Amino acid sequence: MTLALPGRPGGVTLGYRGGLVLVLLGLCIAFGLVTDHFWSALTFRTLANQLPPLVVASAGLTLVLIAGGIDLSVGSVLALSAAVLGVLTVDQGFPLLVAALAALAVGGLCGAINGALVARWSIPSFLVTLGMLEIARGSTYLVTASKTSYLGDRVSALGATTPVFGLSAAFIGSLAVVGALQFVLSRTSFGRWVFAVGGNVSALHRCGVRPARVQFAVFTLGGLLAAAAGLCQVGYLQSADPNAAIGMELSAIAAVVIGGTSLLGGRGSVTGTLLGVLVIAVLQTGLAQAGATEPTKRIITGVAILLAVASDVWRRRRSAEVVP
Amino acid sequence: MKNRSHLAAFLVLLAVGAAAIGCGGGDVPTAEDAARPQVALVMKSLANEFFETMAEGARAHHEAHAAEYDLVVNGTRNESDLAQQVALVEQMVASGSDAIVIAPADSKALAPALARAQGSGVVVINIDNRLDAEVATEVGLDAPFVGPDNRDGARRVGEVLAARLEPGDQVAIVGGIPTAFNAQQRQAGFEDAMNAAGAEIVDVQSGGWEQAQANTVAAAMLREYPDLRALLCANDNMALGALAARRQSGRDDVLIVGFDHIDAVAGLVAQGEILATADQHAGQLAVFGIEAALEILGGGEARDRQTPVDLVAAPAEE
Repeated sequence: MTLALPGRPGGVTLGYRGGLVLVLLGLCIAFGLVTDHFWSALTFRTLANQLPPLVVASAGLTLVLIAGGIDLSVGSVLALSAAVLGVLTVDQGFPLLVAALAALAVGGLCGAINGALVARWSIPSFLVTLGMLEIARGSTYLVTASKTSYLGDRVSALGATTPVFGLSAAFIGSLAVVGALQFVLSRTSFGRWVFAVGGNVSALHRCGVRPARVQFAVFTLGGLLAAAAGLCQVGYLQSADPNAAIGMELSAIAAVVIGGTSLLGGRGSVTGTLLGVLVIAVLQTGLAQAGATEPTKRIITGVAILLAVASDVWRRRRSAEVVP
Repeated sequence: MKNRSHLAAFLVLLAVGAAAIGCGGGDVPTAEDAARPQVALVMKSLANEFFETMAEGARAHHEAHAAEYDLVVNGTRNESDLAQQVALVEQMVASGSDAIVIAPADSKALAPALARAQGSGVVVINIDNRLDAEVATEVGLDAPFVGPDNRDGARRVGEVLAARLEPGDQVAIVGGIPTAFNAQQRQAGFEDAMNAAGAEIVDVQSGGWEQAQANTVAAAMLREYPDLRALLCANDNMALGALAARRQSGRDDVLIVGFDHIDAVAGLVAQGEILATADQHAGQLAVFGIEAALEILGGGEARDRQTPVDLVAAPAEE
C-alpha cells in the first residue's frame, strides 16, 4: 500500500512483477533443459491458447479479492455456463449467439446473487460463494443430466484462431479483458472505490459512495467473467463436461495471489494476475511435457504457491518497516 | 420435458435421501410389505455420467418389477468420498435393507463396513469396482462380484489400435486417477495390447478423468514426442480432451482411443475421429447386481458373474 504510486492506490509494484517475469524465464529455461521440445513455437502457441479460461476467471477474481472478498464459485459457474451453452446448442438447437448470451446471463446472475447476499446482508463472501459453488455445480448436473455434450463445429466461432502466430481469438480477447480491467482499476474512480472497499471503507463513506454497490458490481462482474471463461473453454475443447473446472477456484486464487494481490484486500493488480496465471500454466504444461508423475506435479505446484505467499508476507513486512 | 423428469428424479432422490437419513426410520418396511425385500443400491458419485446411467437403469428395472422388491438408491458426493460411502452402508443396514448392491469407492476401505453388514444378515453384492480379495478374506467378507473386466475391455480397445500400428511405433497413455482400481486395470489392458503389438509406450500420465487436464497432458505429449502415433485414453471425456489437443497441434495422423462409450463420442467414433471405445452397458450393470441379490435372497447360490464389455470401433477404412 505504502509503495503505491499517487493515483494508483494499492497497485502491485513494478519490481514484483519484474520478479515474476524472471521466475517465468527461469521456469522456461529449466523445462527447456529437462525436456527435448519445450522451446518451440508450438509449445508457446498451445500454452497461449490454453490460457483464456483461467486468465478471464482469475481477472474477475482479482477485483473480488482487491475488494476484500473471495469467490469460491468460479469453477462451478464456469461449468454451469458451459453446460447451458452445450444444452442450448446441441439439445435445443439454438443458434450459438443466443446460447452464448444465455450462458453469460446465467453467469452474471450467479455473480449478482453472490453480490446481493454479500452486500445487502453482509454475509461473509466465503460462505455465500461456497453455497454458490454447490448450487451452480448441482444445477450443472441437473441441466446436463450429468452428461458431456460434444459441440464440434457448432462452436468453431468461439475457438477461432487469428492470423497472428496462430493465436486464438479467445487468447487475444482475454488479454483485452486484462488490459481493460487494469485500466478500470488504476485510472477510474470505480477502480479507486474497489481498492477502498477492500482497504479503507471509511474513505469511501466520506466520498459518499456506498460500499454495498461496489461489492455488488464486483461480484456480478466476477460471475460474468467466469461465464466468459466457460465460453472460452467450450470453444477450445469443443465440448462441455459437467465435471469441468472442479477445483479451478483454487488455481485461480493461487494465480491471483502469486500475481501479488493480497488475500486481505486493498492491494493487487490484474496484470500481476496475468503473470500469476502464466506461472501456473507454464508449471502445468512443463511438468506434463517432462512426463512428471502426479505426486511430483502436485508437490511442485504446492511449493510454488507457498513461495509466492511467503514472498508476499515478506514484502508486506518490509514495507511496514520502511514507512511509518 | 427431459429436464423436468430430471428435476423430478432429483426431488425423488432428495426425498429418498431424507427418508434414509431421517430419524424416524421412514424406510423400515411395514408388516404388509415385509415379504418384499428391500435392495439398497450404493454407488459412487451420481455426478458421473456412468453412475447416473447405472442408477437410471436400476430405477427402470425397479419400475418394471415393483411388486418384487423395494429399491433405495444412494450415491456419494465425490467418487472418492469413502467416509460418506461407509456411512451410507451403515444407514442402509440400520434402515432394514435386505441386500446391499455396492460400487465401492475404494477396493479396500469399504470391506470392514460391508463385512459388518454381512454379519448382520444383509446380502452384499459387489458391482463395478472389485473389492480387494486379500482384505476381504481378512475381514471375513464373502461378496460375489458382478461386473465388467476393465482390463480385458481396454486390451480389446488397444487391439483395434494395434492393428493400425507398426512394431516400434510410439504411443502414450492418458490414464485416470492413479489410485482408482479401474484406472489401473484399463492402463494394464492398454499396456497388454501395446506390448503384444511391439509398440513403444513412451509416456503415461494421469488426465484426472477430466477433459481440460487430459487436454494439457495430451498436448504436452504431442509436443514432446513428434513421432507419437497414438493416444490411449482411459475414458471418453479424456479422449475428447486429447481430440482437441490433436486438432490444435495439426497432427491429424495421431490415433485416439477411449473407454465408456458416452453419448458425446458416439458420432466421433462413427466418423473415425476416435478409433475405438468400450461399452460397459452402465445401464445394465446395477441391474445385474440387483438380480444377483434377489436370486440369493430367494435361496440361490452366491457366485461371481462377469458382465459384458462390448467393443465399439470406427468403421474400417476403405
